[in-house]
Amino acid sequence: MIRILSILVGLFFSAALTWSVGLGAYSYVTEPPKETVEEAFHLHPHEPAGGFSFNGLFGKFDNQQLQRGFKVYSEVCANCHALKLVAFRDLKAIGYNDDEVKAIAAKYQIPEYDPTTGEVKSHAGLAKDRFPPVVYAGSGHPPDLSLVTKARHGGAEYVYSLLTGYAEQPAELLKRFPEAKTPDGLYYNPYFANLNIAMPEPLASDDQVTYSDGTKATKAQMAADVAAFLTWTAEPKLDKRKQTGWAVLGFLLFATTLAYMAYRNIWAGKKGH
Amino acid sequence: MSFPWAKEYTPAHPFTKWIDEKLPLPRFVFNAVGAGYPVPRNLNYAWNFGILAGFCLMLQIVTGVILAMHYAANQTVAFDSVEHIMRDVNWGWMMRYAHANGASAFFVVVYIHIFRGFFYSSYKAPREMIWLLGVVIFLLMMATAFMGYVLPWGQMSFWGAKVITGLFGAIPLVGEPIQQWLLGGFAPDNAALNRFFSLHFLLPFVIAGVVILHIWALHIPGSSNPTGVEVKTESDTVPFHPYYTAKDGFGLGVFLIGYCTMLFFFPNALGHPDNYIPANPMQTPAHIVPEWYFWPFYAILRAFTQDFLFFPAKLLGVLAMFSAILVWFFLPWLDRSPVRSGHFRPTFRKFFYLLVIDLLVLGYCGGSPAAEPYVMISQIASIYYFAHFLIILPIVSAIERPEPLPFSITEAVLGHDQGAALATPQPA
Repeated sequence: MIRILSILVGLFFSAALTWSVGLGAYSYVTEPPKETVEEAFHLHPHEPAGGFSFNGLFGKFDNQQLQRGFKVYSEVCANCHALKLVAFRDLKAIGYNDDEVKAIAAKYQIPEYDPTTGEVKSHAGLAKDRFPPVVYAGSGHPPDLSLVTKARHGGAEYVYSLLTGYAEQPAELLKRFPEAKTPDGLYYNPYFANLNIAMPEPLASDDQVTYSDGTKATKAQMAADVAAFLTWTAEPKLDKRKQTGWAVLGFLLFATTLAYMAYRNIWAGKKGH
Repeated sequence: MSFPWAKEYTPAHPFTKWIDEKLPLPRFVFNAVGAGYPVPRNLNYAWNFGILAGFCLMLQIVTGVILAMHYAANQTVAFDSVEHIMRDVNWGWMMRYAHANGASAFFVVVYIHIFRGFFYSSYKAPREMIWLLGVVIFLLMMATAFMGYVLPWGQMSFWGAKVITGLFGAIPLVGEPIQQWLLGGFAPDNAALNRFFSLHFLLPFVIAGVVILHIWALHIPGSSNPTGVEVKTESDTVPFHPYYTAKDGFGLGVFLIGYCTMLFFFPNALGHPDNYIPANPMQTPAHIVPEWYFWPFYAILRAFTQDFLFFPAKLLGVLAMFSAILVWFFLPWLDRSPVRSGHFRPTFRKFFYLLVIDLLVLGYCGGSPAAEPYVMISQIASIYYFAHFLIILPIVSAIERPEPLPFSITEAVLGHDQGAALATPQPA
């Protein structure tokens, strides 16, 4: 009885699915899906030349690069994008000492709500404070950048590729998809999901920032540095995580070898063959 | 119950004797996972995964309780409290990655454990109750994992909660009130987040309770084995300790190497980037996908694209998705072959491998966007999924001619002559 019922239920689901496949196949044939402009022109993110120092099993942050990236962030990105999950004290991890951290913090004004008067005052930043919110005057919502490299497919490579990916719309795109012309106020960028991004090219020319360590501030260099810095803001414990990982794996390999020898020893003579 | 040749616990020291009289807990452990539990001597590595699943449950409870000390279940601060754990709590990043990847590891070992059961027909008499309890555990795990994924209150948390609770909205007449009752509102909100946290904390302990029943039910007939031939004599078994404690120790080491590699070097590989964006009810993500362990069932849900007879497509999808797991409850009665092990069932074996491929295909489609060709592939794969359990298995098990079985486990291990000599009961 249960088997007859089961076969009936099985036939019911199969019939419903066959009906779905049939109608789906029919509309697939009569109206084949057209390739969209995103499918045709979206590009996958790529690494900068030379790669990122923190990629790979042994990869580590390069503090020099993170400090350069911080400079790019604070002189360019910070005009529109906040970094609300990062505290000034965290900057010690990328090589600043206490005095430098205090000096950096003091450049920011931290809004403070006074519960007795209802007024919003502000004080000069202290090491304990987080980066303050950024008031963006234009329309739209520039996202907070604290986690951006973990919140996008492709991570640091995506940030790098996006920053260096601004271009004229290819003539071939306009020929094949005339309706996909980039609207006014948006900018063509093949690394952005829908190809048209509201953010104007932030790193438009070489030497937009002046690096104190003498590195030549090319567009690609600035983009790679800020992508590295934003990887640090998203995953500040990356170095410690990999170090711990190697210690843990070393121990586990040793312990597992011992466990294997114990297993072979105990089972000796029980296996037959 | 146990076998008559099971070793008995004999405390030697006055203190252990005293304990044994007052509370025979050491005796209980001895009989459950010690030298007092005779186990077939021929278990292969597929039998390591029950212990590993138990280990994962404990791992999740320990890391989860620690995370709960620092997490705040309130929609205004939940996302930031997770980042507080990642940045400011000592070793908090490790706890959170251990818990998130621990969920994936738990599902990996449980899926292997379930497929071990499929291949060796571990669900057959006299082990039906173990199997039924196992399916209950799996359902509880799915509920727990789903609610846990909501807690960070990222974009996928929010929209996943909306989609999954929306499934209940497909139930005719009472669907919408049920959905609102589950969420405590019209959309996922603070009420939903709070109850999900409460239940996410509770359910692992319910799972632990059902696991105890699962193991209790296992100890009545004893473990199955790769030949599917029941234990006949003492030479068919070895004591659990030290033989299988040693083997499980090695298995645990291998498991931990894989798990720690993910945890320390690819901690976000199995997650979705959108969950690092705070929940925003005004902005729907481009593709809403659940965690990877739900992908096969998500593919079945989305495979029903057309209304059929009197059933709207959405209701069919929901029915099919739940049925996909509920059919497992009926397996002991759908597969009527007297032979357990897939090693001796040539036709069944081919369909079993097809099922494995089918589920991988369903999983791949479930994680892909709901567009062609993935929809059509998942429709065909879903047909096979239901046909396998509901049509093929009952028929194949009735008409298949199994290959000859070994006389005993000992014979299977040692070869015919030696095995026959040992397996013949000796006169007392």
